[in-house]
Amino acid sequence: MAEAVHDIEIRNLYKIFGPNAKAHVADVRAGMTKEELKQRHNHVLALDNINMTIRAGKIQVVMGLSGSGKSTLIRHINRLIDPTEGEIIYDGQDITAMSVPELRRFRRERTAMVFQKFALFPHRTVLENTIYGLLVRGVPRREAEERGRRWISRVGLDGFEESYPNQLSGGMQQRVGLARALTNDAEILLMDEAFSALDPLIRTDMQSVLLGLQEELKKTIIFITHDLDEALRLGQNIAILRDGRIVQQGTGEQIVLRPRDDYIANFVRDIRRGHVITVRTIMRKGERADTPLTLPATTLLEEAARAMTNAEVSRANVVSRDGQNLGMITLSKCVAEMIAPDDSEAVDPEVQVA
Amino acid sequence: MDLTEFPAMSRGDMRDFRIAIDQSFREFTRAYGDQLEQMFHPIQVLLNFIEGLLIGGPWIVVLLAIAAVIWALSRSLRIAGGTVIALMLIGYFGMWEDTMRTIAMVSVCTLIAVIIGIPLGILMARSDRANALITPVLDMMQTMPSFVYLIPVVMIFGLGKVPGVIAVVIYALPPIVRLTNLGIRQVPADVLEAAEAFGTDGRQKLIDVQLPLALPTIMAGVNQTIMMSLAMVVVASMIGVRGLGQPVLQAINNQYFTLGVMNGLAIVAIAIIFDRATQAYGRRLQRHLEAEHG
Repeated sequence: MAEAVHDIEIRNLYKIFGPNAKAHVADVRAGMTKEELKQRHNHVLALDNINMTIRAGKIQVVMGLSGSGKSTLIRHINRLIDPTEGEIIYDGQDITAMSVPELRRFRRERTAMVFQKFALFPHRTVLENTIYGLLVRGVPRREAEERGRRWISRVGLDGFEESYPNQLSGGMQQRVGLARALTNDAEILLMDEAFSALDPLIRTDMQSVLLGLQEELKKTIIFITHDLDEALRLGQNIAILRDGRIVQQGTGEQIVLRPRDDYIANFVRDIRRGHVITVRTIMRKGERADTPLTLPATTLLEEAARAMTNAEVSRANVVSRDGQNLGMITLSKCVAEMIAPDDSEAVDPEVQVA
Repeated sequence: MDLTEFPAMSRGDMRDFRIAIDQSFREFTRAYGDQLEQMFHPIQVLLNFIEGLLIGGPWIVVLLAIAAVIWALSRSLRIAGGTVIALMLIGYFGMWEDTMRTIAMVSVCTLIAVIIGIPLGILMARSDRANALITPVLDMMQTMPSFVYLIPVVMIFGLGKVPGVIAVVIYALPPIVRLTNLGIRQVPADVLEAAEAFGTDGRQKLIDVQLPLALPTIMAGVNQTIMMSLAMVVVASMIGVRGLGQPVLQAINNQYFTLGVMNGLAIVAIAIIFDRATQAYGRRLQRHLEAEHG
């Protein structure tokens, strides 16, 4: 099983659509906005100086509304779209500089992709779809089918091997899309709004399937979505994209706790903050209170507030998994943060507790 | 100035112009006619071979063989049965041999059109430049009255089967080329992108994705090509192609109403058989699209 070991480094990535794109990178560097570029030169700025590190074996969510450039960004990682400028380093190699045969090998062996509209091959059965990547790579059909059947079973499609995609519901079709990608056994899994076309119940279902699989597969997953709930549920790291620019990167908790600007604040407005933020991020680090109540560092604010109210105390000590004291938290701070970002005390959203 | 009369070139000039072209073409024919005839000789051999099989073989075997081919294409007993009945009637009315000649002719023409047309269509689908170059040629082939290109063909090859085949192929080629091109271009972009993302190379993409998905459209092109070949049978008979066309031509010249209708109906019967069989085959190819999720 290909477990991911290499980070993906995206450095100074620009993408401009238009006949004379290269010439306008300098303009954009000098501060020309997307609107100006469109009006004056009729070029579209899709990605504007993207820098990010995608950690091996983690789920990196890229979130943004339509037109934010997120689908363009994910297509740079397997170079379905060529960048105008910048580089993407993976395993010591710059993907953007690969020759055609190198790129083909990279796509065959290192990546697999799941698409928003499934993009299954309508003339191939579920099994034939699933083993497509292996056949392209030249794996013997028998071995490919054996591996394909295993993944079909893993995504819960036993008995549908010989069905055609048209005979399946949307949710089942995307399971085929997932099986097709997983059978490829690549380190990098690119998921472009993979669950966006599914109805809410099935979407949640598929998210669980993915999380379950990832627990054992530990692939590097880049997941594109426009849905914050989905981002928070799946993403170990989240990058928010707007007009081709990354406006904030961090864990879901960090983003909900301190949205960097109004755009993101708008996004996270309807999120139950107490349901996402944990005590470790808002505690007074290093302090210890004289209280009988101790809470694990990963306690959610809602739970913490309930625990303090039930114990009729206004303070609690925050402890790590091995019982070490990390800091303390007050009920009032807890409640204040549940309602809105609260700057009455300094918080350090970068705090990480092992 | 007199505006009612168009300032055309003078008659003398016109005559010289025509003679110059005709003369040089005649010279070309004299110089290369034999070589060209040699080049196309295999067509004659193939055609004679198939005719020999269909006419020389025992009629009952030929009849069953044709019915078997039709069944293999359509998987429909109704169409195969209809074929048997139609061929029996044709035989009973004394048109067996002519019909076999026509079937041989149409088969060879269709085969040649497919062999030339599908690669051309693929080329057009892959290259916009090829598309821009070939499209007007196809337009010309489809709209130019067939009698016009019969002239040079007859000048080079004389009367006979080979010029007939060439004339029919010129007429019947465009639909298969166009529909192959169209079929490949209509393959959904997202499916192609998926193939790309899995590292498919150009050949794999063509063989595993584009052609299978274009196949129903290509089959429609084959169907059209067969129909147009049949439509050309009568015209081809004017340059010596034997078959159902010749009695029709004879009937026109001598006002034999019954002869004309009988042979005309035989052509119609073959057309219907070929049409139903290829259409059923085309439908069978897209079974995967029919099974809709409920």
